[in-house]
Amino acid sequence: MIERPPNQPPTAGEGSSLFGDVPEIDLSRGRVDLALVRLRLAWRTLRDGWSIFVESRIGLLSLAIIGVFALMAFSHPLLMATVWTPDVYDPVTGYAFDQFDHPASPTWRHPLGTDSLGRDILSQLLFSARSEFILGITAALVTVGIATTVGAVAAYYGGLVDSLLMRLADLIIALPGISLLIVLSALFSLNLFYLALIIGVLGGFGGTAIILKSQALSIRVKPYIEAARAAGGGHFHVIFVHIIPNLLPLSLLYMMFTVTGAIFAEAVLSFLGLLDIRMSWGIMIHTANVGGYLLGGTEYWWLIVPAGASITLLCSAFYLVGRALDEVVNPRLRRHDG
Amino acid sequence: MTGYLVRRAGQMALTLFLIVTLTFFLVQAQPGDYATFYALNPDIPAEVREQIKASFGLDKPLWQQYLVHMKNTFTGNFGVSFGHFPRPVMEVIGERLPRTVVLFLSATAVSFYVGFFLGKAIAWRRGGVLEYAATISGATLFTAFTPAFALMMIWIFAFKLGWLPIGKFLDPLIWRGAEVSANHIFSYMLLTAGAFVVFAFLALLATRKIGRFGTGRVPVLLIGLGAVAIPIAWAFTGVGYLALDILRHMILPIATLTLISFAGTMLLTRNSMLETMREDYVMAARAKGLPEKVVRDRHAARNALLPVITSLVYSLIFAIDGSVIIEGVFSWPGTGLTLLEAVRSEDLPLVMGAMVFIGLFSLLAHVIVDVLYVYLDPRIRYH
Repeated sequence: MIERPPNQPPTAGEGSSLFGDVPEIDLSRGRVDLALVRLRLAWRTLRDGWSIFVESRIGLLSLAIIGVFALMAFSHPLLMATVWTPDVYDPVTGYAFDQFDHPASPTWRHPLGTDSLGRDILSQLLFSARSEFILGITAALVTVGIATTVGAVAAYYGGLVDSLLMRLADLIIALPGISLLIVLSALFSLNLFYLALIIGVLGGFGGTAIILKSQALSIRVKPYIEAARAAGGGHFHVIFVHIIPNLLPLSLLYMMFTVTGAIFAEAVLSFLGLLDIRMSWGIMIHTANVGGYLLGGTEYWWLIVPAGASITLLCSAFYLVGRALDEVVNPRLRRHDG
Repeated sequence: MTGYLVRRAGQMALTLFLIVTLTFFLVQAQPGDYATFYALNPDIPAEVREQIKASFGLDKPLWQQYLVHMKNTFTGNFGVSFGHFPRPVMEVIGERLPRTVVLFLSATAVSFYVGFFLGKAIAWRRGGVLEYAATISGATLFTAFTPAFALMMIWIFAFKLGWLPIGKFLDPLIWRGAEVSANHIFSYMLLTAGAFVVFAFLALLATRKIGRFGTGRVPVLLIGLGAVAIPIAWAFTGVGYLALDILRHMILPIATLTLISFAGTMLLTRNSMLETMREDYVMAARAKGLPEKVVRDRHAARNALLPVITSLVYSLIFAIDGSVIIEGVFSWPGTGLTLLEAVRSEDLPLVMGAMVFIGLFSLLAHVIVDVLYVYLDPRIRYH
């Protein structure tokens, strides 16, 4: 975080670096001022939110865990490009020639050992971290994009639109997601992108939409919505400029929960061997299970512990960050007021 | 109330109709043709194939197929399973549904009770060691990778310690000489459990109605008496050892499902308690000089229960999905394992049948939660 004393206007240097030479043109002067004010307001909200977030130690720790996993995801391409040769360290087609029998226990060359097919576990672990992030973030963006729009539209228009969208949400809530995905995987070949899309759409039209709609209902009755309508703002203008931005903090919270759900669903389906994905943590456990190494317990720990712990850690980290954000967004949960 | 129930049942029928439509069109949308699954299966004799083709209307246009499919579904004809040929899908599911229901109901009941109790406690003493321990362990269990966690439970309690069987529904060595079928025994076990629950409920109700003398002890005594009487009664039937075998196989899946699902209720209860604890009536109850325990249980927790019940739908769906995974790992032959096996062997009629029943099951759970909410919140009356 950049430190700046509170309530001090940004210096001229900062303003010109952000907006180039714009302040010299008189016509757009007001617009730039407005942008600066908005920027400062956003910055202040962010700072206040951050100071509440920091109070929750669990949330901070979880954020650090997510950071570590993000570093892992970025380190894989770097390592492959520099020190790891593809024919040994490729997560799917690699083979560790320096070992005689696989799965081999950890050595300096292979810090987490190899799996039953002679592939490096650490490389698989790092490679999978990236796909989990892609999956989780895609699913979360799709969910939140759909859910905020559906929630805002349902709350704004009410009536038939509202009841249609909400009955659809009820239907989706009543469906057990994992079971539905299992059925879908039987009928179609699901890859990472389709999986993210399906999870996102199910989440977006389902429970998240209901929660965001109830929030949007309380925004719709605020005086500024009426003011915007009275000033001649159209329906779309009001929905997208006045309602949706106010829904965003809450949707950020539900993004975190969607990421947890998406990573979990992917891991379960991969574990059951139902997905068309190159490598993931679930597939690593699937491979160990198919080979019959799981009931070996601690003897072959490196086949199950790294992947299992990664799934659990990343899922719970996103979940706990979501809960810490909940205290930021929902003042009634806080320990102190204000 | 009756009107509400009727309307809710109507909505449920509509939702079920949509689920059936969805599964039908998903199967239609998949690459390949549903009909070829029948035509290419060598295990099915030619005349049976013709019969199936006619009963599903596979040679007719799509909209007629859809109508036939709808009629078949609502008359309970899901066709013949490929994997269990020539048994109809309904028979396979009918055999396995009670096992899932038992697994699910007992795990849900235990996890709800434990979750609510813990959530109440950690909200009341905020910031203590218990809160950190319960939140972290609860969230870890809640987000733990279910299959890996279940395998760990098997490894510890069945493999290393050897206390409980590793998986499956029964031990063939014990059942070899038995003259009754497992389903027969299991249905009687269900009857016993149901009777016991009704008995316990009546005992609680009766003591509450009778009045004040010994209200604390009497229900506990009665329920304890019932709990002792059941094993004795079973021991006299001569098949008690068979029931015990099924019971031993049930413990580990139920315990695992409970452990992964109690945290949801616990964390929700905590949040809901934190909100109700700020209300004025809690302060008023304290000011009256009521004991802490009464303020916590009767004033704060009773009102904190309502949002938890609302969100129970999510927990129930989570538990239904969880039970599919648990059944897969423990080889517990319920609806979930049936679904998984059917998916793996492309047994499409069984896939659709199992999915419709899992959907029906979650819809029922949804309705029961709604009705429970009306019962618990006297402010809400549906007309």
